[in-house]
Amino acid sequence: MSDAHAESHEAHPTWSTYWKVALILTVITVIEVWCYYLKGFPETAYFVPTLLILSAVKFVIVVLFYMHLKYDAKLYRALFTGPFLVAMATIIVLMFLFGKFAIHLSLLT
Amino acid sequence: MATIAAPLVVPRTADEPYGVWSWLATTDHKRIGTLYLFTALTFMLIGGLEAEIMRTQLMRPNQHIVSAELYNQLFTMHGTTMIFLVIMPLSAAFFNLLIPLQIGARDVAFPRLNAFSYWVYLFGGIFITLPILFGAAPNGGWFGYAPLTTKTYSPGLNIDFWVIGLQILGISSLAAGFNFITTIINMRAPGMNLMRMPLFTWMSFVVQFLIILAFPVITIALVFLLFDRFFGTNFYEIARGADPLLWQHLFWIFGHPEVYILVLPAFGLVSEVMPTFARKPLFGYPVMVYSGILIGMLGFGVWAHHMFAVGMGPIADSFFAVTTMLIAIPTGVKIFNWIFTLWGGSIRFTTAAMFAIGMVAMFTIGGISGVMHSSPPADLQQTDTYFVVGHFHYVIFGGSLMGLFAGLYTYFPKFTGRLLDERLGKWHFWVNFFGSNLVFFPMHFSGLLGMPRRIWTYDGGQGWDTFNFLSTMGAYLLVPATLILVYNIWKSARSGKIAGNDPWGAGTLEWSIPSPPPPYNFAVIPRVTSRYPLWDVKPPLASAPVPNTPKHSEAPAPTAAELGIPMPYHTLKPLLTALALPIMFGGLMLMHLENKLPHYIFMYGGAAMLVGCLYWWLTTPLEPEHHHA
Amino acid sequence: MTATAADVGHGYTTTGLPHRKIAIWAFIGSECMLFASLISTYLIYKGRSIAGPFPHEAWTDPSTHHVYKAILNIPVTSCSTFVLLMSSLAMVLALAAVENRDVPKHTLGDRILGSSKLWLFTTALLGATFLSFQAYEFTSFVHEGLTIRTNLFGSSFFTLTGFHGAHVTAGVLWLLTMLGIDFKRGLGPKDALNVDIMALYWHFVDVVWIAIFTLIYLIK
Repeated sequence: MSDAHAESHEAHPTWSTYWKVALILTVITVIEVWCYYLKGFPETAYFVPTLLILSAVKFVIVVLFYMHLKYDAKLYRALFTGPFLVAMATIIVLMFLFGKFAIHLSLLT
Repeated sequence: MATIAAPLVVPRTADEPYGVWSWLATTDHKRIGTLYLFTALTFMLIGGLEAEIMRTQLMRPNQHIVSAELYNQLFTMHGTTMIFLVIMPLSAAFFNLLIPLQIGARDVAFPRLNAFSYWVYLFGGIFITLPILFGAAPNGGWFGYAPLTTKTYSPGLNIDFWVIGLQILGISSLAAGFNFITTIINMRAPGMNLMRMPLFTWMSFVVQFLIILAFPVITIALVFLLFDRFFGTNFYEIARGADPLLWQHLFWIFGHPEVYILVLPAFGLVSEVMPTFARKPLFGYPVMVYSGILIGMLGFGVWAHHMFAVGMGPIADSFFAVTTMLIAIPTGVKIFNWIFTLWGGSIRFTTAAMFAIGMVAMFTIGGISGVMHSSPPADLQQTDTYFVVGHFHYVIFGGSLMGLFAGLYTYFPKFTGRLLDERLGKWHFWVNFFGSNLVFFPMHFSGLLGMPRRIWTYDGGQGWDTFNFLSTMGAYLLVPATLILVYNIWKSARSGKIAGNDPWGAGTLEWSIPSPPPPYNFAVIPRVTSRYPLWDVKPPLASAPVPNTPKHSEAPAPTAAELGIPMPYHTLKPLLTALALPIMFGGLMLMHLENKLPHYIFMYGGAAMLVGCLYWWLTTPLEPEHHHA
Repeated sequence: MTATAADVGHGYTTTGLPHRKIAIWAFIGSECMLFASLISTYLIYKGRSIAGPFPHEAWTDPSTHHVYKAILNIPVTSCSTFVLLMSSLAMVLALAAVENRDVPKHTLGDRILGSSKLWLFTTALLGATFLSFQAYEFTSFVHEGLTIRTNLFGSSFFTLTGFHGAHVTAGVLWLLTMLGIDFKRGLGPKDALNVDIMALYWHFVDVVWIAIFTLIYLIK
């Protein structure tokens, strides 16, 4: 670790960034709900991945801009990303262990 | 400045507070570490007594010294006590005592949170231990498998005490985790980059991450069990479709990192002790760091090796078998590095050194039996037998505990100013070493011959009798060994040889300040330029005597006020906030009574006390506002 | 001893970053595991309740022949999701207002944006609105026949959303405390760190809800 230096982050996001993020969050939520009501779409194989990707985008922009991880010291990114990845891996492995992915992978007995 | 004729005294700074209140209201990491140490040693005696009773019962076949029900409580409490109330707090004692000193800091990042962690541990430990006096101790094993521990199959209060006690104890560990992560990241002295940090601090750093990631999982597993038992939810209700494996997976996702939480601090201590008494730096420092990190990370990927017998299927079994075998590699690497640290060194066989070397030997044996479990087919024979009991006692008793003892003998002089008696220490070591091997080695045989775990008695003539008898003899030997340790501590604290700053000629920062350290630790925060700062100035001499004790007294250290160092206030707020937890949770348990009034008073009163004390704490500054000259 | 320099100042930190901010990010990491366990359990038990009611489909009780409709109310929950998302906007504005208190404000718009009391209040209000939606949702589910004890869905759903709601409640209390301090002595740049810590907690709680809304409500 480097020696002490005054905490400095790059320019804070401004009001302009904030309302744009809020707008994107709203639009994505609207799209998600619209997908839910789209006739026949929830039954396709694309529904779940679409929703997961849309939510992931919301998640990432809140973390990057509202929690200003993009602008802050890299240490915070490490402190969050590590545990977040462990949490994701845990959910995924548990899904496998409880047979939740069995349908999609016909390899599993 | 001192006269040669004056007797040696333990140096004390003039403004060191004393008396009961100074302990109850302390926020000093050294005092908190001392509290952890003595509380943990006390629980060790209790957990040890539970073991002695079990071994007496098992000495011969078909005995009825205790009932089956009491036996269940004994093995549950022995496991719970030793893991949560002894080994983890002994490690916490060293985190507290050592980490700030090793990194050149004056305290931890959040001193009051630190005190809070200790008091929560004490109150939680009492909460979970008291019931045994009423025959209502937890009795579902330290791992409390549901659905056995659900209300249907465990209708009494025993498991309620267990669930709530563990929830309380978990809060203690989590709070300490956040504290030490912040401390290690943010309070290192100038020049101490991560690869110059003492290895104990490194291993502790990894452990804190394991704690903050693993404890939430058991928190949820316990919440589910608590809700099932108190509110009638269905998480573990098979009749409603619950999966009998949910508890096991959640528990072991916590449980496996937990065992690395138990052993990595001891590894760290041994990595300090070995170089000190071999008078040369640790062999392969970077590798030791990376292997510790790797063990921590891989430790999250092996948990289902505790479940090879439940029928997860070949893919799951293979995955976890491979990860378990993989984790043996960084662990084995450490063993070699310790051996190479000793190789070519000028070894001083003090008690501490012997415990460190003994730890390496016994952990290796435990590691070998452990890697034998990593093969699912082999494990199908070994699991749930005494073979596993032998394995984990070798790694926890022979590994963690002996490593902690090595740390105790090394660091006792730093914190009390007096050395532990070496003769008594050697007796402690040998009786302990011989005794523990005699208890646990025969278990490999009785286990492979089919003796199951957690049985209160057994029929003779199955080939287990001799091994059980030998184990009990070994257990009985551990009694005098432990008593020798207790006596040594008691005697040496009063009249042990005065230690001076650096009796061992060691290399790291904690040895540069007086023993015991003044409240502010360092009068001047040092600037660090290497891994063994003291050896830069004074290289470890092969022929230097050990211990190297002072010939005359030091002048008392200046007070914090004289040095212009602001010290945190003493405060009871952490203790009071901690006290709210067992009151609140205990109130939950009163739900079972006919009269609901005590339930409401204690539960809501406890919650109000918690919120109120938190507000009071968070709105009070830690230390006086200070003005720079 | 090592070569010593002049002593470091009292507020010295290795990284130059504040202790509390490091600690809150570590805490948030830990909370990821907490919610991961709750969410995993919900997903594990999805579709495994022996009896209804169920989240997305109607169910007829074979013994009473009572028809239970699909329990989850997507339109209502979409509204509450939107409310919580907007509360995050209010939160960043509150923090910005506190940080920029001493910056001169020339237009009405700037003054509105710069009122920390307004935005703290709005965040708390939106948070409380979200909680009201949750309370409405929970009570209506109970009326429709789903309690925490009914089946696996009820247990895992109420526990997961209940834990989330408890986190929101703690956040609202925190916000109201901050608001109280703002009224009492005012919040300025020297308080920015504490408001930032609170904001990080608040956004995290929002982010968890994003995950819950998708995984529990939208995915069938």
